[in-house]
Amino acid sequence: MTVRDVIKDVESLTMTFTAEFDATVERVWQVVADARQLERWWGPPEWPATFTRHDMVVGGESHYYMSGPDGEKMHGWWSITVVDGPRLLAFDDGFADDDGNPVDSMPVIATELTLEQLPGGGSLLTARSRFSSLEALEELVAMGMEEGMTTAMGQIDAILAEDQ
Amino acid sequence: MALLSDADVDAIFHALADRTRRDIIVRVAVREQSVSALAERYAMSFAAVQKHVAVLQRASLVTKTKRGREQIVHANLVTVARARDLLDSYEQLWRHRAAQIDKLLGEATSDTSLSATPPHPTPTKGTS
Repeated sequence: MTVRDVIKDVESLTMTFTAEFDATVERVWQVVADARQLERWWGPPEWPATFTRHDMVVGGESHYYMSGPDGEKMHGWWSITVVDGPRLLAFDDGFADDDGNPVDSMPVIATELTLEQLPGGGSLLTARSRFSSLEALEELVAMGMEEGMTTAMGQIDAILAEDQ
Repeated sequence: MALLSDADVDAIFHALADRTRRDIIVRVAVREQSVSALAERYAMSFAAVQKHVAVLQRASLVTKTKRGREQIVHANLVTVARARDLLDSYEQLWRHRAAQIDKLLGEATSDTSLSATPPHPTPTKGTS
């Protein structure tokens, strides 16, 4: 796996992440379409996900929770907006209460996964995430993501470097 | 840690989206400056620079104090660092996810004859 590119656009609150995998698009599509495979990679470190529902049709819903290191649970949902397997999946990803009901006051991340077959048999995955607000990120950071965080600063660091 | 409100976040992103405003933050981070000193650096009016400073102020990225007739602009680096860290964190999440997918792709094979072979050979002891 090679991370090709990460573009963070502060103006449109969008991050576009592109990585190359050594597998066909059909195979990579399975890791999203199959809930048992999806839960192996969706959660942040130390927060494995469990999908209790995964309905990959337009208008369908997925429900999941992530289990934290101290036994706490963080619930989430997907609302599927586009399915065009094995090339494109778009969904809104949001937070839910302990009963799995969406929390409207919490932010939503509009996510788009695109798969592209590469010559030579590999696949290119593009994950585009658009945030309704930084609160979604705050939530993820609160779940211990600051551990092992590396500096990958774009524009501000570049400007700071120029100035020194 | 305190969560930022939607409005806070919008203000931060709006503020950082402009090159002049990013430049102002960098300059006042190095050393506090008056609005008029900043205005001399840019090819725009004092009022325009003051407007940029106001946007930064609303996003809590800078603070402004009065010193005599001058308005002095200071950087609030805590907020700047916070916005930056959050985007970096999200990148790290996707790096983690991609690594997990890769692991999954490597181990899950439909060919059962292959899965009979252990992935790593058992290490053998050297001569005793």
